[in-house]
Amino acid sequence: MGERAAGSPIPEKLPVASVEAVFREEHGRLLAALVRRFGDLDLAEEVTSEAIEAALEHWPVDGVPPRPGAWLMTTARRKAVDRLRRDRTFAARLAVLRVEAERSEPVPAAEVEGGLPDERLQLFFTCAHPALPAEDRGALMLRCLAGLGTPEVARAFLVPAATMAKRIVRAKKKIQQARIPFRVPDAGELPDRLPGVLQAVYSIFTEGYAASSGPDLQRLDLAEEAIRLARILRRLLPEEREVAGLLGLMLLIHARREARTGPDGELVLLDEQDRGRWDRTMIEEGLRLVPVALTGGQPGPYGVQAAIAALHDEAADLATTDWPQVVALYDVLLALEPSPVVALNRAAAVAMRDGPEAGLALLDELAEEPRLRGYSPYSTARADLLSRLDRHAEAAAAYREALELAGTEPERAHLRRRLAALDQPGS
Amino acid sequence: MKYMLLINAGAVDENGGAADCDVQDWLAYDKEVRDAGIMVSGEQLADLVTATAVRVGEDGKRTVTDGPFAETREVLGGFYVIDVPDLDAALDWAARCPGARGTGSIVVRPVAEFEG
Repeated sequence: MGERAAGSPIPEKLPVASVEAVFREEHGRLLAALVRRFGDLDLAEEVTSEAIEAALEHWPVDGVPPRPGAWLMTTARRKAVDRLRRDRTFAARLAVLRVEAERSEPVPAAEVEGGLPDERLQLFFTCAHPALPAEDRGALMLRCLAGLGTPEVARAFLVPAATMAKRIVRAKKKIQQARIPFRVPDAGELPDRLPGVLQAVYSIFTEGYAASSGPDLQRLDLAEEAIRLARILRRLLPEEREVAGLLGLMLLIHARREARTGPDGELVLLDEQDRGRWDRTMIEEGLRLVPVALTGGQPGPYGVQAAIAALHDEAADLATTDWPQVVALYDVLLALEPSPVVALNRAAAVAMRDGPEAGLALLDELAEEPRLRGYSPYSTARADLLSRLDRHAEAAAAYREALELAGTEPERAHLRRRLAALDQPGS
Repeated sequence: MKYMLLINAGAVDENGGAADCDVQDWLAYDKEVRDAGIMVSGEQLADLVTATAVRVGEDGKRTVTDGPFAETREVLGGFYVIDVPDLDAALDWAARCPGARGTGSIVVRPVAEFEG
């Protein structure tokens, strides 16, 4: 969909699925504008879906209106006012007065040109407000900004629909009753608040990239939804380099999606991937974002991670990857965000630069890290290095440990294969 | 919209005050809240050792015991009720409160509104 203006006509007689794709693009924008007007997320959601239902009913008969976005907005606003008129509370009467006063004001320029003013940025910051539980922020974004239904959001996070419905209701109740404002933080607050928004988008992506449990390794729809959200953010905050960094990072990783799984859905690691199956167009787009993220002042963690992903994507194979540069970037990342997981990745890069012995020494230094205990990639990394050093018995023990800790079946299958390969003579 | 800022003192020093701030800090904060015109009410609670808890059992019998039952290390030391537009504004005021420093914390609770 991308940059489709709200006013550009949708070709008539589109299959229902494509019409729904259009609605998905409009959903977040419509919802954000309505929340802004009425200050009520529930009401905004209800009338947004009602307007879309009305469109699905009328457009096939009457034809698609010249300005579909404006049509949806007018319909939704009318439905909201109807509802508020039936509601007798003081707050509802105030909201009606506010909308009626607005009608007598001149129409904003953006609306005249056929577009709608983009208020989605406010919704991003509301969904990712630090007063909301961290695990609910991504879910709210998918619900409000991506326009996914609650059952779809539940599927995305692999929880029962009823559980997700409860979490979303609870989060929306907090937004309403504690009066979490719909606003974009001012320039002074932005550095504190933007990372939370980016984190929520990235958590949607990582859930799609490597599902924490379940039968499938990757959930491409979810990863794409995260990329779509990041594209919207990038349009809304073009000056923020970390937004460019996050979008670049996700594109550079997602470009490898086809090569990451084998014919039976099994995990294929970087060293065994068919690089011909990487998505070159996506890599090019990601590569263009990296300098944007890294230029002008100290880079942020997403920019640095994007730069690391870029080095992998640019290399013809594992051996010719610029490992010294990868290690140097991990040093920068470690300084920005000291974390045992980053240290683990750095150790793996050092092993590629200086040999398995050097990598293993670094891994053993991390053995006491509480966050790496019970973390299967740690055991897997140790097993791989031990196996390269021909310490087969220790490698087998480490693979078995990783096998017990792995969350998905494709990961387990991959580890079983490596374990079996150890037993082969001459391996 | 009204918010109650519950001031939970962390480690309490021998004078009964919260660590990391002194009386001057509290006086300054109190003046700021009043000058901003957002003050609804506020009290500092007397020392924890003066607290008494009352419970009424199913049989209607009253049990009186010494102190709060709180097992937590933090104790409610006082509160403000302020009237500000939204949660972000309330959080800003909570962050400026001396009680938020060190091991203390401020819990921000919106006051329920009933409109007719």
